[in-house]
Amino acid sequence: MTHRLIRRRVAGTAVTAALALALTSCFGSSKGGASDNPDADVTITFWHGWSAPSEVKAIQATIDAFEKANPNIHVKAVGNITDDKINQALRAGGPSAPDVVSSFTTDNVGEFCNSHAFVDLAPFLSKSGIDPEKTFPGPQLSYTQYNGNQCALPLLSDAYGLYYNKDAFKAAGISAPPKTMSELDADAVKLTKASGDGYSQIGFMPDYHFYESTITHFGAQWAPTYFDAEGKSTVATDPAINSAMAWQKSLLDQLGGYDKLDKFRTSAGEEFSNNNAFMTGQVAMMIDGEWRAGMIDDSNSKVDYGVAPFPVPDDQAAQYGKGYITGTIVGIASTSEKQNAAWEFVKYLTTDTDAVVNFANAIHNVPSTIAALASPRVSQDPNFQQFIKIASDPNSTTTPASPNGGDYQLVLQNLGYDYQSGKQTDLQSGLDDAAHQIDTNLAQVQ
Amino acid sequence: MTVTATPGSTSRSTARSARKARQRRLRRRERLTTLAFLSPWLLGTGLFFLYPLATTAYLSFTRYDGFLSPTWNGLDNWRFVFQDYPFFWPAMRNTLWFVVVLVTLRIIAGLALGMLVIHVKRGSTTLRTVFYAPFLAPPVAATLAFVFLLNPGTGPVNTILGHIGVTAPSWFNDPSWSKPALSLLALWGVGDLMVIFMAALLDVPRELYEASALDGAGAVNRFRHVTLPHLRPILLFAVITGVIATMQYYTEPIVAGQVASGQIAGSGNQFEPGYPGGSTLTLPQLVYNLGFQRFNIGAACVIAMVLFVLSMVFAAFLMRRGSGFLAGEDL
Repeated sequence: MTHRLIRRRVAGTAVTAALALALTSCFGSSKGGASDNPDADVTITFWHGWSAPSEVKAIQATIDAFEKANPNIHVKAVGNITDDKINQALRAGGPSAPDVVSSFTTDNVGEFCNSHAFVDLAPFLSKSGIDPEKTFPGPQLSYTQYNGNQCALPLLSDAYGLYYNKDAFKAAGISAPPKTMSELDADAVKLTKASGDGYSQIGFMPDYHFYESTITHFGAQWAPTYFDAEGKSTVATDPAINSAMAWQKSLLDQLGGYDKLDKFRTSAGEEFSNNNAFMTGQVAMMIDGEWRAGMIDDSNSKVDYGVAPFPVPDDQAAQYGKGYITGTIVGIASTSEKQNAAWEFVKYLTTDTDAVVNFANAIHNVPSTIAALASPRVSQDPNFQQFIKIASDPNSTTTPASPNGGDYQLVLQNLGYDYQSGKQTDLQSGLDDAAHQIDTNLAQVQ
Repeated sequence: MTVTATPGSTSRSTARSARKARQRRLRRRERLTTLAFLSPWLLGTGLFFLYPLATTAYLSFTRYDGFLSPTWNGLDNWRFVFQDYPFFWPAMRNTLWFVVVLVTLRIIAGLALGMLVIHVKRGSTTLRTVFYAPFLAPPVAATLAFVFLLNPGTGPVNTILGHIGVTAPSWFNDPSWSKPALSLLALWGVGDLMVIFMAALLDVPRELYEASALDGAGAVNRFRHVTLPHLRPILLFAVITGVIATMQYYTEPIVAGQVASGQIAGSGNQFEPGYPGGSTLTLPQLVYNLGFQRFNIGAACVIAMVLFVLSMVFAAFLMRRGSGFLAGEDL
């Protein structure tokens, strides 16, 4: 091969690869509508994220019950769908695009509503005589709408509480789970056992990288607003986030500091495995959702655990019982040409008390309607009932929908990482920067 | 003055015109034939390179979320990316770090292994297989294996280092060690370069080594004055393709970051970009995140254009250097 040929080939490869970097996709979308006849024989496509055999079986049982009650509407279910796939498919449209879509995270509802990827369900709710405020609890209603556009509805919920190891409590002489942050701090210190330059047991793991120990999950106990009426960030002006971050850092320092705790964290087992540090007894208390109870019961873990609401700030002791609420959401694709039939399915999934209770019991999630939460048919397991109480608590909160998804949470989370590691020492200054960054990022998409 | 055309001159002129017309027809036919042969390439280049490039450039000046039509917003996206987007400059620094360090290390390792396998007397075939096989491992599987091996608490590497009294780093969990850990992974899969260098080394005329040895040249001088000049085109190839591939470095850092962080993204829990501490964040990750997760397509196109320009600048610079290397040879 001559050098000239090599050079040309190299040049060709260079130009080709460089150009390939700039490849983009074209997007198109078909127009949907709600002019279809809901009584016609029709097949709708339903995308969901469940993939475990027991979960797929449970959602299929719900679909079967719906089809029995609505023999003219057939549902083609497609499982194991992620939000990335949803976003891309909704933009692409076409005959294979879904009519009904559910997502495990509430963080993208703002995007779905703001971009009109999902249709506004208010006219459908009104047509069916459903008052959303009397049907769904406040947080669930909050995370399924953006700017007055109710583009999704809650399809089961998740509530966060405190899991504690009863044996560890007994050994440390602690008689009841903590109710305030001061009590949590004291118990965490008491339950922490050093071993060499590490730990044999940690009372509570506040490190933001640890499992569900995020600023938004902790922060819910201070009830932050995140945004004002104009949609501007309030993280620097609302004292809630400042207090939550200051508490987390203080506990981190009391337990040995970031470096030591983070070293422990990197050697802990994976969150969704039998090596979860709470399930192995390495961590005595942790914040987690209702699904953890089912996972512990189904595993070979010997941990004798209890569940309680997550502690509240000392000055809000009267609100003990609240917690962070989130859940799965479901909406109708604006590209769907069978929106009336799709609505019949969504209405059944989200508002039929029997359907909601059966599905919640089958997959160990919290029901998402007021009626279903109060239903005696919901699992009466004492630990599970704690989550029912947290989800029903009027002071429980969630993270609001935003047009750029969870971007504001990411900004806060990054500040949290910097603050806990000591990279950022001035918390208020960090929050000022975070608020500015959140507003700048929002301006980009509005 | 009046010019009168004679019958003879008229017929000559007509014949010349006819000949010219025939030549024009021939030339046109040749051009059409050439065009017909080139048309697949022209079509492919236009459809898959020029059109996307022009679209990317256009979209970088628009606000576009994939649903509504793009609307012109001038330099807003460019300003956002360069001034207000906190992940851009760290990702740029990381990408350039990988371009400089990773490409250099891979070339040195590929060349060293190539020389090793052609010089060993016994077991050369086994060595070639052993060194080449990792290159065939899927990037995701290889990265998962490395994150497991280098786990600071439970990984066998740190366990062994602990036994011999070495304070082991946290690898993928430490911002100072995450990039070196990714470099180790890249070096493990250097078999592709080893094969290329091995073929090039076998192509160097043996008599040149013999002549230089007779002239008293040692191993270092033989490498410097005989081996290297013959390897220059291959080195150039390796550098340019390495730079371009590293500009697109995506799978390994994103898998390593997400697996090592142990995070499961969900409501109220976002993946940390470039865990740990943004140290593994690269520009292609931003293109995917902004373009196909956040659907801020205008800003994603700005970063795609930056990558394109950087790749072109690197390629042009190296090509010019390559010409210098090859001056006086078969150009």
